[in-house]
Amino acid sequence: MKIGYFPGCSLLGSSREYGESLTAIAPLLGLELTEVPDWNCCGASAAHSLNHKLALALPARILALAERAGLSELLVPCSACFTRLAGTRYELSKDENLRREISRIIELPYNGTTRVLNVVEVLSRAAANGLKEKVSKPFGRKVACYYGCYLTRPAALNTCKRAEDPQEMDDIVKVCGAEPIDWPFKVECCGAGLSVAKLDSVARLSGQIVDDAVRRGAEAIVVACPMCHTNLDLRRDAIQQYRNQQYSIPVIYISQLIGLTMGLSPDKLGMQRHHVPVRFERAAQTISTPAPAAAASAAAPAQAGTAEKRG
Amino acid sequence: MPRIGVFVCHCGENIAATVDAAAVAQAAAGFPGVVHSVDYKYMCSDPGQNLIRDAIREKKLTGVVVAACSPRMHEPTFRRTCADAGLNAFLCEMANVREHCSWVHEKLPATTEKAIDLVRIMVEKVKRNRPLFPIKVPVTKTALVIGGGIAGIQASLDIANAGHKVILVERDPSIGGHMAQLSETFPTLDCSQCILTPRMVEVAQHPNITLYTYSELEKLEGFIGNFKATIRRKARFVDEKLCTGCGICAQKCATKKIPSEFNAGLGNRTAIYVPFPQAVPNKPVIDKAHCTYFRTGKCKVCERFCEKKAIRFEQEDELIEVPVGAVVVATGYDLKQTDFFPEYGYGKYKDVVNGLQFERLASASGPTLGAIKRPSDGKTPETIVFIACAGSRDPAKGINYCSKICCMYTAKHAMLYKHKVHSGKAYVFYMDIRAGGKMYEEFVRRAIEEDEVHYVRGRVSKIYERDGKLIVKGVDTLLNSRPVEIQADMVVLATAMVAHKDAEELAQKLKVSYDGDHFLSEAHPKLRPVEMNTAGVFVAGACQAPKDIPETVAQASGAASKVTGLFSKDELQREPVVAKVNRCAPPLFSTCIGCFLCESACAYQAIEREEIRGRDGKLIKTVARINEGVCQGCGTCVALCRSKSIDLQGFTNEQIFAELLAL
Repeated sequence: MKIGYFPGCSLLGSSREYGESLTAIAPLLGLELTEVPDWNCCGASAAHSLNHKLALALPARILALAERAGLSELLVPCSACFTRLAGTRYELSKDENLRREISRIIELPYNGTTRVLNVVEVLSRAAANGLKEKVSKPFGRKVACYYGCYLTRPAALNTCKRAEDPQEMDDIVKVCGAEPIDWPFKVECCGAGLSVAKLDSVARLSGQIVDDAVRRGAEAIVVACPMCHTNLDLRRDAIQQYRNQQYSIPVIYISQLIGLTMGLSPDKLGMQRHHVPVRFERAAQTISTPAPAAAASAAAPAQAGTAEKRG
Repeated sequence: MPRIGVFVCHCGENIAATVDAAAVAQAAAGFPGVVHSVDYKYMCSDPGQNLIRDAIREKKLTGVVVAACSPRMHEPTFRRTCADAGLNAFLCEMANVREHCSWVHEKLPATTEKAIDLVRIMVEKVKRNRPLFPIKVPVTKTALVIGGGIAGIQASLDIANAGHKVILVERDPSIGGHMAQLSETFPTLDCSQCILTPRMVEVAQHPNITLYTYSELEKLEGFIGNFKATIRRKARFVDEKLCTGCGICAQKCATKKIPSEFNAGLGNRTAIYVPFPQAVPNKPVIDKAHCTYFRTGKCKVCERFCEKKAIRFEQEDELIEVPVGAVVVATGYDLKQTDFFPEYGYGKYKDVVNGLQFERLASASGPTLGAIKRPSDGKTPETIVFIACAGSRDPAKGINYCSKICCMYTAKHAMLYKHKVHSGKAYVFYMDIRAGGKMYEEFVRRAIEEDEVHYVRGRVSKIYERDGKLIVKGVDTLLNSRPVEIQADMVVLATAMVAHKDAEELAQKLKVSYDGDHFLSEAHPKLRPVEMNTAGVFVAGACQAPKDIPETVAQASGAASKVTGLFSKDELQREPVVAKVNRCAPPLFSTCIGCFLCESACAYQAIEREEIRGRDGKLIKTVARINEGVCQGCGTCVALCRSKSIDLQGFTNEQIFAELLAL
């Protein structure tokens, strides 16, 4: 199935492994990712704090280009980009005059015909459509699915059924033979953009998240947002310093987890690029709940091994 | 020749601010048939009414048009005025120039023109009005009370003590309602059951009250004074007359782990059960869904042990029909469950309970015999957090209203806890404290000052469990506003009071209106608080809006006094706005062709068949006849009649066409 793809800046830079893993698993899931031609910055967290129309015009241009390319659906993996694009689409659908004005500013027709999908929506679809049969190496570990703030907020853009305790990522990892833990930090704030300006706030907020995941027995934190990844992974030293405690729990993208269980090599999924090495102390175990396919390969090999290189 | 009088009201500024009332009166004076036209500041006042009376007498008026407010407001007033002066009341019409004109338009020439048009069409109508006479109907002096909580109990006792018969229908196996579940009541802290159960017994023993528990209203037909109620008596599977209430059946029942409704799910009951020891009647019912015999076809332990042989597995639901003259609806409320709150754990934490559950924990008759023990492990909680406004006043949750009782019962809960666990810490998170009521504010102050309950003004954003504690994250918005995190052992949510799930269905059965939250609507929010828009149906208690016990009892007594007022007469007068099938001289007798399309269209079963016979007794024709006692004047039959043989009195086709042609 052909689907539009907007990588945004993160997936080409600080979160290359997110982009790499997505493009690696897409063909296996029957997805043909078509990058929006000549795309621009979504405005990120900067534009909307400075100029409302600029904050709308930047995502609108991306959507208009996708529309022109005939894409009815657009996958936006970065949660921040997703909020900007889906939010713009929502706002312009409510105000016809504004839509016309933005269309004039970007010098492109914009009609809002391209639907914006986040990575969980797209992967949920795949999970419901035969992902189970493609899983050759069930993950076999307890994981903490971390949704972050933007997958369920604001309410008008929320695509998950339970805003305070979403289940969609949990359902995907179950299909992959992992056991999602029940924990209360799924949608807590990681500190987001304060990663640069106020590192101690990030250390405090992300520290609580990492600490609680470890306490409840998770062996990996699964994320779907580059910003979350940065704060939980790249800022691990600050977290450890702040809490005066060592945490070895790796943080992996949901696309990486799917790739590993489908038997792709860790290198191809960019596992070597993490700051916290993806390394597990014990061997994976069969989780009793999921697919019959999982039961067959009882002795699933230790995942991903020990990627020593850093990206 | 018609002699019509027009009376234009200013309604103070209400009409005169945007409509030139004098100009309307002047214009009306020129309409054909109008012989008198004046305007006045308050037509409904005594001098205003005198203007009408005098004009009727002096100018020998044959019809009156009052251009004022909605007929729903003052039509009865002005009709009475006309009748006083000797003019048939139904020769008086109102032109609504307030709700339909002055209130909804700006002050413009067109507004006055519209008012003139409204008067013109009513003048054309009133010219064609005929004198009508009220219909007299008998009154069945028996009241049906639906719901056996404190509202229904109070209304039943009041009506019965006034000497009238009452049929009290309760859906559950016992009367008592939510009040029977409460531990102590605010602001006096007297035991709820101690004040309620004597009343329950009085209901059961009262010679004027027939009590149908485990029964529901199936259908209500008829009209004020003459309803026919169909009641479904659900099968108890126990012969109530033989059963002595000894309780051996429940002792021996093998299915013991059914969450008890009476204990709000915190205790268990058996499949054959009496909901609580003080139940009225103290006779068990078999819960068919859980009974081993009904599920597997084997067991019948209760039957074996029953000395009186009172178990009846073959019993079936029974439908009974009763004639009643008035209905009091007192069906009460539901409480939102904790699973309604995602941020408080979607109901997955056992130690997050709602207010009714806490009542059961604090009650001497509850699952812990009144000791405050948390549901998960039975430990005494050292720290309890109470959260007021859980759901209430929260548009994001779809509940905009204040549940009214939570501020008070939360203070009471915190107080009861502190009285029982002296070392315990109690926190209350609140938005505002609404303690309007006699001794209410003093009660809350007592909780804060004497019992040292910590009140925190702010909302709780999240509750999660960690190492056996419930972490309550909230905010204190006063002074140096700061985030608050409390490690609690138990959390009590003052969840919103909501209408019953089937409130809408009941309202439709009774043909009464309800609001957006499915609470039943009173006829007027201020002046008719216990009546409903269907005559003869009254409302009491929390099915109308959240309210506390004193208010509920007051409303129930109010409804009861309305019923006894209604029953004080032997006959009722009804407005003659009913449909009529025309009659004319032989050999036609009527233009009705006897197709009886009207019969199938009538929602009130008001159409009868009349056989017209010659002197020799031979059938000449069968035509429709309308039972004017049953007809509600909706006009559906008029619209459907193919031979135009039916007319609605007071709204005849001729009158309506005249109104349209006047425009």
